[in-house]
Amino acid sequence: MSDQCKKGGCDHSGVSRRGFLTTMGVGAVAAAAAGSALPATAEQQKASAAEPMTIGLSVNGRKHRLAVEPRETLLAVLRERLGFVGTKPGCERGECGACTVLVDGVTRYACLTLALEAEGHEITTIEGLARGEELGDVQKAFVEEDALQCGYCTPGQIMAAEGLLRANPSPTLDDVRLGMSGNLCRCGAYGHIFKAVERVARARREGGAK
Amino acid sequence: MLPTFSYVRPTSLAQAIRELSSPGARAHAGGTDVVGCLRDGVYSADKLVSLSGLAELRGVSRTASGGLRIGALTTLAELAANPLVREKYRVLADAAAAAASPQLRNQGTLGGNLCQRPRCWYFRGDFECLRKGGGTCFAAEGENQLHAIFGGESCFMVHPSDTAPALTALDAAVSLVGPGGARSVPIDAFFVPPERDFMRETVVEPGEIVSEIVVPPPLQGARGCYSKLRARGAWDFALVGAAVVVATRGASVSHARIVLSGVAAIPWRVAKAEELLVGHALDDATIERAVAKAAEGATPMSGNEYKVALVRGAVAEALGALG
Ligand SMILES: Cc1cc2nc3c(=O)[nH]c(=O)nc-3n(C[C@H](O)[C@H](O)[C@H](O)COP(=O)(O)OP(=O)(O)OC[C@H]3O[C@@H](n4cnc5c(N)ncnc54)[C@H](O)[C@@H]3O)c2cc1C
Ligand code: FES
Ligand code: FES
Repeated sequence: MSDQCKKGGCDHSGVSRRGFLTTMGVGAVAAAAAGSALPATAEQQKASAAEPMTIGLSVNGRKHRLAVEPRETLLAVLRERLGFVGTKPGCERGECGACTVLVDGVTRYACLTLALEAEGHEITTIEGLARGEELGDVQKAFVEEDALQCGYCTPGQIMAAEGLLRANPSPTLDDVRLGMSGNLCRCGAYGHIFKAVERVARARREGGAK
Repeated sequence: MLPTFSYVRPTSLAQAIRELSSPGARAHAGGTDVVGCLRDGVYSADKLVSLSGLAELRGVSRTASGGLRIGALTTLAELAANPLVREKYRVLADAAAAAASPQLRNQGTLGGNLCQRPRCWYFRGDFECLRKGGGTCFAAEGENQLHAIFGGESCFMVHPSDTAPALTALDAAVSLVGPGGARSVPIDAFFVPPERDFMRETVVEPGEIVSEIVVPPPLQGARGCYSKLRARGAWDFALVGAAVVVATRGASVSHARIVLSGVAAIPWRVAKAEELLVGHALDDATIERAVAKAAEGATPMSGNEYKVALVRGAVAEALGALG
C-alpha cells in the first residue's frame, strides 16, 4: 500500500470497498452499454479549478462515461470507479510496475497517468486479456510455468509481457529480461516469469495460441 | 490522492503558451515526473497544461541541412527505436534506450526528460533544501553517495537525464516558444549550473514550451555511444555515464566530445580529455591518456569518491567501443 494510504491520506476507507466499487463499476458499464451521447472531450470543457470533467474512457473495448477530477490517476479510476481491481497499486511512483496497463497497445504505468490523459485512447487491463472465464495465453503460461508466488505483481507482469510480445514477437532472453525490467517481483519469481514469456512467444510463433 | 489542480489540454501552441503563462501553471508532457513530484509534494501546481493535444510537437524528421528535428513530445521509446537516430546518432539512441524502464520510456518524452526535476533524495524528500528555498544543501554534510563530484559548491544535485549528455555531445540546440516568441538555445546553455541559480535547472521561462530539439548533421566519420554505469543491471539512474562522439579524418581524431552524466548538476563536458584525443589515432594509448584526465578536477565528498573511478571506467568503456 502506498505511503499516502498508510498516512490515511487516500480514500480507501470503506469497509466493503470492493463491493461498493464493483457496484460503481457496474453502473458505469450500464451507462456505457446504454450508448449515451458521445462525451465532450476535456478540450471542449472549460477548465475551472479542479472541477470534475466528464470524459469517455475506453477500457477493454467498452466505453465508460464518467466525471473525473483532474487529480485522479488512471490507476485510481480503473480500480475505484470502474472496478477493474486487477490493476494493482504498489509504489505509485513508477518504480514497481504493479499498475502496468496497455494504452493503445503500449505498456504504461497507470499510477503516473492522469485519467484525463487516457481520454481518447484504448486502455487494456488484465481483465481484458481473458475472455469470460477463459484465460488469455499469457495468463495461462504464467499458471503453467508457476510464474508467481504471492501473485501481487502478476497482473502487472502479465500486462508487461503482453506489451513486450506485441512490440517484439520473437524476443531473445535478453530482450525478455529488458522488456520485463519495469516490473518488480518481491517474491523473486523472475526465472519462471521469463520462462512464461518465452513460452507464449514460442506458442504464438507456432500459431498455437491466440 | 494527488493534491487538487485544474487541467486543460490545449489544441494549439498559442493557447498552450497562454495557459502556461498564468501563475501556478505547469506543463504536462508524459507526466512521469510531474505526477510523481505532485504526489510527493516536491512542488505544487494550480493548473496542469497538457501538451498531449499538440500534434506539432511530435515526430522526428530531417532538417534541410541534413540534421535532425525531434519534436519535444517524442517518447524515449520512439527515439530509441527510430532508424535515423540509431543509424546516425547512436549516442542518443543508446541514451534513450538506457533511460528508466520500458513503461516509462513509452510514456516519458524527450522534452520532459530534459526538464525533469532533480532526483536528489533531500530535494524529493521532506527537506527544505537549498533548491526548495531553504538555506542548506543537506548533501554536503549528509548522505551524498549519489551526488556531484564536479561543480558542487552550493547545491550538489546531479542532473538525472541520460539524454542530456548525449544531446550535449551532439552539439544539439533546444527550440523554445513562449509569450515573447521563439528562440533557440544551444544545449550547453540550456542547463543552469547552481552557481548561476540554484533554484532552477534550465533556462525555460514561465510560459515557455520546449518545442523541439535540433541536432546538426553528423560530421563526416563521426560515431558515438553512451556508456551508463548503474547500481543494478535493470533500470536505474546513472551513477556515472559517458556520452562520447568522435569523428576521424584519415587515421586521426578530428573532433571529440566527452560528456558525463551523474557527476554534476549539468551535463559535464571534459574538454581536457577531448583535447587529448584530437590529432591522434583512437588507439589504446590515446584512450588511456584521455581516460587519465577524464576525472581531473573532481572534488568528491564523504560518500562518493567511488564515482571518480567510475568516470574513468565509463569513459574507457565508451571510447573503447569506438576504437
Ligand atoms: C522510476 C523512474 C526512473 C527513472 N529513470 C530514469 C533514468 O534512468 N534516466 C533518465 O534519463 N530518466 C529517468 N527517469 C525520468 C524519466 O525519464 C522522466 O520522468 C521523463 O523522461 C520525463 O518525461 P515526461 O514527458 O513524462 O515529463 P513530464 O513529467 O510531463 O514533465 C517533466 C517536467 O518537464 C516539464 N516539461 C515537460 N515537457 C515540456 C516541454 N515540452 N516544454 C517545457 N516544459 C516541459 C514539465 O513541466 C515538468 O516540470 C525516471 C523516472 C522514474 C519515475
Ligand atoms: S504502482 Fe508502482 S509503478 Fe505504478
Ligand atoms: S509473485 Fe509476489 S511479488 Fe511477484
